[in-house]
Amino acid sequence: MGSTRTKEHDVIVVGAGHNGLVAACYLARAGLDVLVVERNDYIGGAAVSRNLFEDFTYSNCSYVCSLLRPEIMRTLELPKHGLQIIPYDSGCTMMRGGGHLALYDNHDALRREIARHSSRDAEAYDRYSRDVMRQCKFIRPLLLREPPDPTSFKPRDLNELLYLGARFNGMGEQRMYDTLRFWTMSAADFLDEYFESEIVKAHFAGSSIIGTALGPRSPGSAYVLLHHYMGDIDETVGAWGFARGGMGSVTAALTSSLRASGGDVRVSAPVDHVLVQGSRARGVVLESGEEIRARVVISNMDVKRTFLNCVAPEHLPEDFLTAVRRFKIRGSSGKLNIALDGLPSFPAIPAGSPAIRGDMHITDTLEMMERAYDDWKEGRWSRAPYVDMLMPSQIDPTMAADGKHYMSVFVQYCPYELADGPWTDEKRQAFGNTVIDAIAEHSPDFKSLIRHAEIRTPWDIEREVGLTEGNIFQGELTMDQLLFNRPVPGYAQYRTPVKDLYMSGSSTHPGGGVMGAPGANCARRVLADLGRVSA
Amino acid sequence: MTTGSDYPSPPHFRKPLLDTPFHDRARALSQNDQFVPWSGYTTVDVFTTVEQEYFAIRNAATLYDLTPMVKYRVTGADAERFLNRLVTRDVRKLRVGRVSYVVWCNDDGHIIDDGTIFRFSPEDFRVCTAERQLDWFLDSAIGFDVAIEEITSQVAALSLQGPTSAYVLKRFGLEGVEQLKPFEFREFRSAGRDMMVSRTGFTGDLGYELWMRPEHALGIWDELMAVGRTRGIRAIGSQALNLARIEAGFLMPNVDFVSAEHTIRMHRERTPLELGLGWLVDFDKPHFNGRRALLRQKSAGLKRMLVGIDIDGNKPAHNALLYASPKDEQECGFVTSAMWSPTCKRNIALAILDAPHFDAGRRVHADIYLHRELVWERRMVAATVVERPFFAPDRRRMTPPADR
Repeated sequence: MGSTRTKEHDVIVVGAGHNGLVAACYLARAGLDVLVVERNDYIGGAAVSRNLFEDFTYSNCSYVCSLLRPEIMRTLELPKHGLQIIPYDSGCTMMRGGGHLALYDNHDALRREIARHSSRDAEAYDRYSRDVMRQCKFIRPLLLREPPDPTSFKPRDLNELLYLGARFNGMGEQRMYDTLRFWTMSAADFLDEYFESEIVKAHFAGSSIIGTALGPRSPGSAYVLLHHYMGDIDETVGAWGFARGGMGSVTAALTSSLRASGGDVRVSAPVDHVLVQGSRARGVVLESGEEIRARVVISNMDVKRTFLNCVAPEHLPEDFLTAVRRFKIRGSSGKLNIALDGLPSFPAIPAGSPAIRGDMHITDTLEMMERAYDDWKEGRWSRAPYVDMLMPSQIDPTMAADGKHYMSVFVQYCPYELADGPWTDEKRQAFGNTVIDAIAEHSPDFKSLIRHAEIRTPWDIEREVGLTEGNIFQGELTMDQLLFNRPVPGYAQYRTPVKDLYMSGSSTHPGGGVMGAPGANCARRVLADLGRVSA
Repeated sequence: MTTGSDYPSPPHFRKPLLDTPFHDRARALSQNDQFVPWSGYTTVDVFTTVEQEYFAIRNAATLYDLTPMVKYRVTGADAERFLNRLVTRDVRKLRVGRVSYVVWCNDDGHIIDDGTIFRFSPEDFRVCTAERQLDWFLDSAIGFDVAIEEITSQVAALSLQGPTSAYVLKRFGLEGVEQLKPFEFREFRSAGRDMMVSRTGFTGDLGYELWMRPEHALGIWDELMAVGRTRGIRAIGSQALNLARIEAGFLMPNVDFVSAEHTIRMHRERTPLELGLGWLVDFDKPHFNGRRALLRQKSAGLKRMLVGIDIDGNKPAHNALLYASPKDEQECGFVTSAMWSPTCKRNIALAILDAPHFDAGRRVHADIYLHRELVWERRMVAATVVERPFFAPDRRRMTPPADR
């Protein structure tokens, strides 16, 4: 196929996910000519709002928002471009046999609620919150900083190491020990240090497995739990909310902000490979054969997709490629998006309780959660899955018609590869039925209210969104793949072995969740290398 | 496993705060609907005016609903050993029928909470705390033959404080109540109602605390109000009590110090030595939580300390930063509680000051912001470090006390 020449841009970003758009926005604001190319015919990557059935809006990948850094929203003027984040105030885990634990916003209501299960746990919750806060306090300022290279003697790296060390030192001896333990221990061990009630532990353990091919008893899962507390809404740390209009509002606002700064996004423009000449990135070549040239190329794809699919191996050092091949990015999550004719009833939840307006769960013991993980290890979806289900239409009036509801069901665990051969339509439907049956055990009228259900396996997510193995974090959030080891040792500064080729996706520090920090950090690195700002 | 109550009605997600057994009377007497949450209960902040209520404490008799104070019953063969390791004072010296003001610390010597211990028998104690402590107590109890039970809702409590309070109790029919010495308590029986009375309080004045079964609460309240009417008895809220306790130099958790269990940031914890509570720390007794750290701090000297200050002028130094010199950029401390004392006619405050500024007689400067008809004005006012308490009338100790 013959190549056509277009004008040279300053920067091409591959992939119109939120991090790619964040990077693009910062660079366009710095006066660079930025073009984002997107494979799909819609913008957003995994932060999308889609109309797949009547006038229901699905946040069909990511579905809640907390981690999006306020500094980014402010600098890129996302509220002006239409983004509103609305917190939700509750959540619950329903138990087999009819009980439940609700997580209320009001501290006194919450204490009395936990005390229904254990009066001791009701108090231990404060200690738990304090310790999680102490860890967040240490880690959060690192999110918008580029991790140092511990082997480098460059002033910036030394300064960053000193900064890290000083923060570490400032914690005091005991907290330092706690931090090291926290970063390596399992969520189950961590929660055992606070709580005695199974239901309380099961509820909090949920965030330690989301998007991660670990069980609650796997070492390293405690950090994943912390990662979900890292966000805040209006200074309420750990608060989660809905993007009004669905998660696509995040990327829509970013696109609008980008265009206001003179940048642009081209959809239906799948990249075949990064154009490398003289060991420098010079642009991209689309699947159509079209060549788009740029001084700098930023890949917002995950590190595997970028270097195993889109850069020819002859341009890459073998050690690097080996590390990329070893990068853990195992798919473990599925998603159901369901259009409901009305609000389903959940008899376990008392009338009038706000518990159904937040995140609802049905895994009531750590044992059940661990068994769900065992199924994944054996190459099948969990027979009794962990679900994180929400009906944002109760709070966000834009998601469904009056009286109708959109339910987002995040499912853990669902394997990318099944033990009994490839995914088929029948297997996908069977996976969906497993999830729907599990929810229906807690809601007698649930099935009869379903108008439409979109069922997505990790395999579908990879195919549609381009995330390798359907891993929602572009790589697992375990200590061996965090900070200066993310994505691979020696390349944590958003640079790659190919000059002028950068990474902005969640494969880089500080990782996944709709946070935007990798994109912002990447943009800062690019601007520094171009001599526009100091790093 | 510690198990809690069944499903409440109305449900806690609609009404998170509980009513105390005195709530009906509090609601009826409250003129301004000024209620505040306290340890999971709704309590009155101000009934009528803070001034009237404050002067009733110093001049007559006052009733204050103490029920939300968290209470634990600690029993067992090892109850004394357990408590003695928990708190910094020597519990072995606490006789039956006596109350002791105590603090307890973590291993770093940082205060977790303060409270009082009542000794009912050699193996039966009550511990009253500001914050809920079950989590800490149960962990600390491992290895001791001791049972710990929260009894907050099982005991209704009233604080009766003021110069006519002994008289009111005598009129109420508690024979021999005037013989109670400070920090003593006794069981009484009056009109078929058991009541425990302790000569304790948070006002630094003559006063008692009355502990009763919740079903007797309203009857006892009504009778006290009736027999005290001619001696000026009135219900008071938390604001008036707060003024009295500042004059008495008492510390309020989460105002003057924050529990080590709640601190997120470094250096926000406080040791008893830093709070001027060194007299509560007994290094001669066997090991207790925080002992080593406190010994270290004692020999190294204090970097900061909570003290009383007397500020020039009459504008309360709420939240003021303190400076060694008015020209300084860097503050040397800050005010934690402040008020104009109507009784002492002094402008007083509790403050945390860095070394060496906390020594008595030192002069510092308070950066006071005044809000005058929507305009903020700033005053740098001189202040002197002084001894606490600011107000300590003889009647608080006199036994038997006068009738008025």
